[in-house]
Amino acid sequence: MALANSAIAAAPRVGRLGSHVWLRFGVRRLGRLLVSLWVLVTASFLMIHLIPGDPVRAALGPTAPAALVAAKREEMGLDDPILVQYWHYLQGLFTGDLGTSMISQLPVSDVISQRLPATLALALLAFVFAVAVAVPLGVTMGVLTRRGHGRRTELAFTTSSVVLGIIPDFVIAVVLVYVFGVSLEWLPVAGNDTPSAYVLPVLALAIGPAAILSRIIRVEMVSVLDADFVRTARAKRLPKRTIYLGHALPNALTASLTIGGLILSAMVAGTVLVENVFAWPGLGSTIVSSILNKDYQVVQAIVLVYGVGVLLVNTLVDVALALLDPRSMIRED
Amino acid sequence: MKELRFEDVHVRFGQTVAVDGVSLTVPAGQVVGLVGESGSGKSTLARAAVGLAPYDGRILLGGEPVPTRGRRRPLQMVFQDPYSSLDPRMSIGESIAETMPRGSSRAEGRAEVERLLELVHLDPTRATARPSELSGGQRQRVALARALAGQPQVVIADEITSALDVSIQGAVLNLVRELQAELGLSMLFISHNLAVVRYVATHVAVMRDGRIVEQGPTAQVLAAPEHDYTRELLAAVPGSTTRSPR
Amino acid sequence: MRRLKSVIRTPVGLTATILTVGVLLLAVVAPILWSDDADAIDTANILAGPSADHWAGTDNLGRDIFFRTLVATRLSVELALAATVIAVVIGLLLGTASFVLGRRSGRLVNAGVNIAVAFPGMLLALFFAVVFGVGATGAVFAIGLAGAPAMGRLTRTLVASVSSRDFVDAARVAGVGRVRILFRHVLPNISEPLVVNATIGAGGALLSFAGLSFLGLGVQQPSYDWGRLLFDGIGSIYVNPAAALAPGLAVVVAGLAFNLFGESVAKVLGVGVVAGIQLPSSAPAVETTSPVDVAHHDADDIVLDVRDLEVTFPGPAGPIRPVRGVSFAVRRGEAVGVVGESGSGKSLTALAVSRLVGDPGRVDASRLELLGHDLRAADSKALRKLLGTSLAMVFQDPMTSFNPTKRMGGQLAEVARHHQGMDRRSALARAVDRMRAVRITDPEHRAHQYPHEFSGGMRQRAMIGMGLMGSPALIVADEPTTALDVTVQQQVLDLLASIRAADDVALVLISHDVAVVGQVCDRVLVMYAGKIVEDLPAADLAGAARHPYTRALVAAVPDMDTDLDQPLAVIPGRPVDPADVPSGCAYAARCPLATDTCRAQEPPLETDSAGRRVACWHAGEPLPIEILDRELAEVDTP
Repeated sequence: MALANSAIAAAPRVGRLGSHVWLRFGVRRLGRLLVSLWVLVTASFLMIHLIPGDPVRAALGPTAPAALVAAKREEMGLDDPILVQYWHYLQGLFTGDLGTSMISQLPVSDVISQRLPATLALALLAFVFAVAVAVPLGVTMGVLTRRGHGRRTELAFTTSSVVLGIIPDFVIAVVLVYVFGVSLEWLPVAGNDTPSAYVLPVLALAIGPAAILSRIIRVEMVSVLDADFVRTARAKRLPKRTIYLGHALPNALTASLTIGGLILSAMVAGTVLVENVFAWPGLGSTIVSSILNKDYQVVQAIVLVYGVGVLLVNTLVDVALALLDPRSMIRED
Repeated sequence: MKELRFEDVHVRFGQTVAVDGVSLTVPAGQVVGLVGESGSGKSTLARAAVGLAPYDGRILLGGEPVPTRGRRRPLQMVFQDPYSSLDPRMSIGESIAETMPRGSSRAEGRAEVERLLELVHLDPTRATARPSELSGGQRQRVALARALAGQPQVVIADEITSALDVSIQGAVLNLVRELQAELGLSMLFISHNLAVVRYVATHVAVMRDGRIVEQGPTAQVLAAPEHDYTRELLAAVPGSTTRSPR
Repeated sequence: MRRLKSVIRTPVGLTATILTVGVLLLAVVAPILWSDDADAIDTANILAGPSADHWAGTDNLGRDIFFRTLVATRLSVELALAATVIAVVIGLLLGTASFVLGRRSGRLVNAGVNIAVAFPGMLLALFFAVVFGVGATGAVFAIGLAGAPAMGRLTRTLVASVSSRDFVDAARVAGVGRVRILFRHVLPNISEPLVVNATIGAGGALLSFAGLSFLGLGVQQPSYDWGRLLFDGIGSIYVNPAAALAPGLAVVVAGLAFNLFGESVAKVLGVGVVAGIQLPSSAPAVETTSPVDVAHHDADDIVLDVRDLEVTFPGPAGPIRPVRGVSFAVRRGEAVGVVGESGSGKSLTALAVSRLVGDPGRVDASRLELLGHDLRAADSKALRKLLGTSLAMVFQDPMTSFNPTKRMGGQLAEVARHHQGMDRRSALARAVDRMRAVRITDPEHRAHQYPHEFSGGMRQRAMIGMGLMGSPALIVADEPTTALDVTVQQQVLDLLASIRAADDVALVLISHDVAVVGQVCDRVLVMYAGKIVEDLPAADLAGAARHPYTRALVAAVPDMDTDLDQPLAVIPGRPVDPADVPSGCAYAARCPLATDTCRAQEPPLETDSAGRRVACWHAGEPLPIEILDRELAEVDTP
């Protein structure tokens, strides 16, 4: 298992694991976050400029008069040199001016602030659900199927978690809509007016990630239970509960955290698909319609928001990892 | 065979200094043992000599700087881990042939491979075998053959018996002595085991924290060590101090 | 190839293979057979539900959905494969960049990949979909580029693991150029995991494509893939749900097929586990060798009493028995060494005696007692307390023997809290005290540190300190100094000696190093192929050993007095593999004294009047001249 047996033979003797390690870690992590943010911002800026052809013409259609197109281009500053446009873009970000929607004529920032809460609620609930299900399930399964035990349980669990993990969230969403909305008519399948309207979208978004996460945690748990330091704990004749929860679990979690972070940030993007199935008034449905309508300023802003969300999730994961396993702060990547 | 000389060699990795001003000579046709514990820098020194690590200072072979690029490499190395030193997807014949200088025909190459296998007491018909079919000791012999295929002036052996079972170590050490006697090899033999170095080398250098603390003829250094660390190493050899059992 | 065939043997592998082949076949064949059926418009039959004529009903132009789903296979698979190829090619370039370009440029590429990998594929796909435009072609590039960073990261990890192996260094020393090394050594060794991951990636691309088309950003009319069919179908889900469920099912089945196929192949290629053949619940009859005569030892004095110890594991071709009947006793304060090579069973003996052999291994013994308590009894709090306080274990690898996420002091204190009923503060105080006892400097401060902040020698001492939290009567040390430098080794051995002297603690020291065992121990057990072949006082090792293996072992190891003019003694052949123990004496194949009796019958372990034991038909007989000369020479050297 990579973590427990990692060859940090040359780990510097840090002395007291005190503030200066945390400080160095914090600075490095912050630096990485800022660089990633800059890359994200630049990429979302370039996105529009990489599109072949004239974005204004594409949005207004081939029949729009040339004068209108020219005026729009002037307004959006599309004829300025690219570095100037970039500078204006950055300035706009700082002041909160994200441009104007070409379709609705509203400021993009208004669009974002209207639609963000619904997506945020969906993502957070799904996040909590996935973790609350996956961790206990994965740990229990890990203990039940540790080396030499529970072969049948392992087969059943692995099969079901693999299948559930592979079914894409939008297919799960469609099935849920059919079963609970069309067929049984138990739950609403459109909009977010009532609390019960949250059930199906959250499930659709979270089931796959929960299955994959629990599978990973099980594998890591089994692997950790085989590690040398667990053998030491057994040699100390500690009660089983202490061994599983006190020794094995923290290490299994640290090993699962990195991939777990990727899965959870994938969930952020999954809202795009799920919102479209459930007519959810969030950013996900907006971005699709904006792409189809070539309303690029809106698309750009939403990509930015999603990107920031992903970066925040990654940073949180790194901090959690540092809290659980102090070695991760020292490792150079 | 030529003389290998290290002159004030420094090797740095970022902030850490692995080799701190080492001067050492391997006389032509002699085996020099390099003894040290982990972190002493002995492996790093070896890697610098064969071009695997950048260094400051001079490393000279017969007065000329050792080439660290290009096809002609008069310094060859045998590594410690028999399970990592051979490409599992190549036959041992192919691995050996890789070091051979270019410009010989297929048939010549094959004959040379067979000759080398015999030299290290392996069955030449096994040239097409994969490393997974051989034991650890046999793999080390192949590694030796591969080093010799390059027709080197100096061979560096980096802890070549440390990973082998006790009953097999002897065979490889015997082979090293035999090859040295037959071919007149100059050799830098690196080990943490004083008894092994004593058996194989005529001169010994003791290394610690990147520096050579003592060097000289083996018999002299081991019988009358001048540096405290050498004394410490000698005292630490199991069985050297008499400890009365209860 | 043979290994790939074994994929089909597992039920999962078989299913996956059938499904994958089926999907690929369908992709090729379906449009040829059913294109017309799929395109046939029937305005009289719009949005009909499932029926005998139309298994999944019809869409808004009366076209049969079932056939459309089948025909859509080709486009869905083609697009997925195209995107995968793009991802793999770009990923390969990104991943091999640092190897080929060298440190500086490589670092830039790696940093870029690291940043890109943080973003989920769907987000990247949307980004590129905007750039490349809506439609199938744009989507292929979008999904291909979106998958490239992950592939690149994977490739880089694989390349790094191969390039850190010595044979790559050897090629560099031979003067082989970087690019040549890449193609000759690196790529062939990563091809298998790469192909497997590409297959799984193809499955992922399939699902991503379905997603994009489902959003209306992928395949556009009049073409249709599964995603597009889903897009059409969800609009009519209230009228004809099958219109959405049929393509949904197809997506799931195909995605599963690719993923499971990839994973089954991965499992086969990475195999290393003993297959599970369950052991019979009743133990087979054990052949007892001559009974161990313990009459010489005062019964009250015996700390550890082991008789007929066996350890068995299930194996692919029947049970494997690495320990085949070991009997010995350890008295208070005595130091017993167990010496042997790989496959001798010495480590497992130590683990078995400490009750640390886990499933699927099984331990059997006719007697196994620590301080008079039967260790074969079922697990209980009392037994755990006994073992936790009277027995101390020291393992080989100090780096991995401690929990990396807990502070050292706490890990020591645990013993006192669970077995001695101490509260947190007193347990920690005791831990600090024990750390001081094992000569760890500044123990109050060190107790708050993590294991990775200790050096190897310090960790080993902490391990001993942990064993001293109780008052052990016995220390079992399994290769405790093998991973340590020789000067550090001396410190640890000195520490063990002082503990033994201070509290009359017995020691069982397992090692492959005869010299260490000879220095530290009173008595030595020599093990070969799962059995004790000789039991003798340590002082006798040099000149009075009787078993040929013991003598060969001693002669083969060079020490400071070895005759420089003679070749070292060599034991021909290899140590015995526990899965393949020959009949008769296990050492016969390598023994210069072996006769037919030896090969036919296993010699029993016999005790002489002085309490020494040896298992050999020719014990004590003079060895052939050459070897004898060498031994005599050694004894004579001053």
